[in-house]
Amino acid sequence: MNVGLEQYLVVSFLLFALGLLGVVVRRNLLVIYMSLELMLNAANLALVAFSWFNNKLDGQVLVFFIITVAAAEVAVGLALIVALYRKRQSAHVEDLTTMKL
Amino acid sequence: MFPSHLMQSEILPWLILFLPLFAAAGITLFTLKHRNVSALLSIGAVVIGFILTIVFIVNNGWTPTPSELTTNWLSIGGLNIDFGLKLDRLSEMMMLIVTGVGGAIHIYSFGYMHADRGMSRYFACLSLFTFSMLGVVLANNFIELFIFWELVGVSSYLLIGFWFEKPSAADAAKKAFFTNRLGDFGFMLGILVVWATLGSLNFSALQKNLAANPAALGTIASIAGLLIFCGAMGKSAQFPLHVWLPDAMEGPTPVSALIHAATMVAAGVYMLCRVLFLLDATALEVIAYIGGFTALLSAVIAIQQNDIKRILAYSTLSQLGYMVMAVGLAGPTPAMFHLTTHAFFKALLFLAAGSVIHALHEEQDIWKMGGLRDKMGITFWTFLIGTLALSGVPPFSGFYSKDSILGQALDQKNYLLFAVGVGVAGLTTFYMFRLFYVAFVGKPRTETARHAHESPAVMTWPLMVLALFSIIGGVIGASGIFDAQFSGEVSSPSLIQRIFEPLHSPVAMFSGLIVVAAGWFAARTFYLNAGTDPLPAKLGGLATAMKNRFYFDEIYEATFIRAHDFIAAVMDVIDRWFVEGFCIGFVRGGTDLAGRALRLMQTGNLQTYALLFVLGVAALLYFVLLK
Repeated sequence: MNVGLEQYLVVSFLLFALGLLGVVVRRNLLVIYMSLELMLNAANLALVAFSWFNNKLDGQVLVFFIITVAAAEVAVGLALIVALYRKRQSAHVEDLTTMKL
Repeated sequence: MFPSHLMQSEILPWLILFLPLFAAAGITLFTLKHRNVSALLSIGAVVIGFILTIVFIVNNGWTPTPSELTTNWLSIGGLNIDFGLKLDRLSEMMMLIVTGVGGAIHIYSFGYMHADRGMSRYFACLSLFTFSMLGVVLANNFIELFIFWELVGVSSYLLIGFWFEKPSAADAAKKAFFTNRLGDFGFMLGILVVWATLGSLNFSALQKNLAANPAALGTIASIAGLLIFCGAMGKSAQFPLHVWLPDAMEGPTPVSALIHAATMVAAGVYMLCRVLFLLDATALEVIAYIGGFTALLSAVIAIQQNDIKRILAYSTLSQLGYMVMAVGLAGPTPAMFHLTTHAFFKALLFLAAGSVIHALHEEQDIWKMGGLRDKMGITFWTFLIGTLALSGVPPFSGFYSKDSILGQALDQKNYLLFAVGVGVAGLTTFYMFRLFYVAFVGKPRTETARHAHESPAVMTWPLMVLALFSIIGGVIGASGIFDAQFSGEVSSPSLIQRIFEPLHSPVAMFSGLIVVAAGWFAARTFYLNAGTDPLPAKLGGLATAMKNRFYFDEIYEATFIRAHDFIAAVMDVIDRWFVEGFCIGFVRGGTDLAGRALRLMQTGNLQTYALLFVLGVAALLYFVLLK
């Protein structure tokens, strides 16, 4: 079977949709976090695919940036989750409704 | 005292105008706690104004050049409004009256108001009034005149309501202000008509336009004239807007003397003389009859009043009617002449009445006075002089001015108004001597009257100065100055000629003298040593009607005020149910509902937000990509 751009994009979309589903339905902050990473990587996959099929390196450069920034973001995000857990003894989103008026 | 270039320069009129304003501002901002400093500032401003006016006239003559000092104040499109000072005989004489008579009253006030807590406030208002009145006098265009006109109204409101703790004073202040506003509404319309048709607001420009093209106002000439007269009707308290002036006597007595006798109420007459060129024959006729009717009506009412200040108030109304009648008879000279002499003797009468009221501890009922002759010598004599002048007894000032008005009526062959004028002269003498005999002669009727004593010198000196001018005011040449202003003929008759001037129209003079004698004789018969008023028994219902001021207040209450209340109630319902209930309620309720609905989306749950966010992005993508 010839693997073309469409197949890559379908996979990328599926990954993105999975991640989104995880973000919306899961309760645990850590899992939500992982789902977020999944969405980022879905985007990365799409970028790499575009880059390959267009014979341009721009997309791959962007992917490198995304991976680096995501690493930094993970560090910050995890730290926040840990801090939150220490304060609240919980990492569940339904406990974090202080934004509600 | 001043370097000569300063004396002739243009700064003096500006200084005269603005000094009282500075005094008012200074008192309000800085010296409210220091009563005497406030009084000094206020008195100083007006007295210096008087001196500067004399200096200015001595140095520049009666017709200075330039005759107008103007600065452009604002220009909007084709409308240019100047702030200017008009300097001619008319305005200079008025400046002398306002600062001169006003100065005497300011000084008198220092004695009269000394025990009052609000003396600083009083003097601030008084200075504000002087400023406004000088502005009215000096204004060279309609808009400026109107602004100062309203300022005069405001300061009058403040001063009538000076003792605002008394409900009657507060009501009187409101009544005066509203009644004036009613007249000013017509005045404003008149100004707009003049501006729309003649395209200018400056008095001299208007006069030039009209002289070049007498039919410029066309068919609305009479209407324009009468609308402008509405303003005078309010300020000078002419029928049917006369009801505010007697109530205005709730203010302190010096205020009654300054504002409601000598100056403010004269503003209407002054304004009519200033814009006389705008009034056509029809308008003048209406003005004359309204003036005559006011004079007669108030003189009749005055006969049965028992409050010393109210008698004087109705007498003021009556005299203002005289002046307005004179203007209507195309006689601005007699009108302004009477205004001048009236300013002297009416201010004198009010101040003397104030001295009596002061001595009797705020007693104003003449039937509780009596026998004041022995206790209050100066007040007695000055009041007598004022009475004689007001009645028109020769050679007092009132004789000359009243005679010139009667002469004017004869010249115009208006015998009805001549008869009214003569009759009013008789009535005037009657009610003034009634007041005089009851309050000053005979035996004291109450303990307070028995223990009355003369007022301090700061109050009696202004009385004496004003008394002097009430005597000689008719022959010092005021008439000639106004004549030169209005007819353009400068004549300088000698003193002897001036003294025998009334002999030119002997009919007017002798009929005037006869009714004066008759009025005095009747008053003497009825009221010398009278214990009670004999008139009600003789006149019956008429006396009751006179005492109740012919029920004008009641009639207005039943008609205009009732109608006004009804309209106000209807408006209230519309406002409450339609505007507020429906229009505003609809918008408010809609916003409220939307707010409540949207609030449900604010769950505080991260994932709800994320879901909404995604739905939003999905919707956006749908519209951007697929549509």
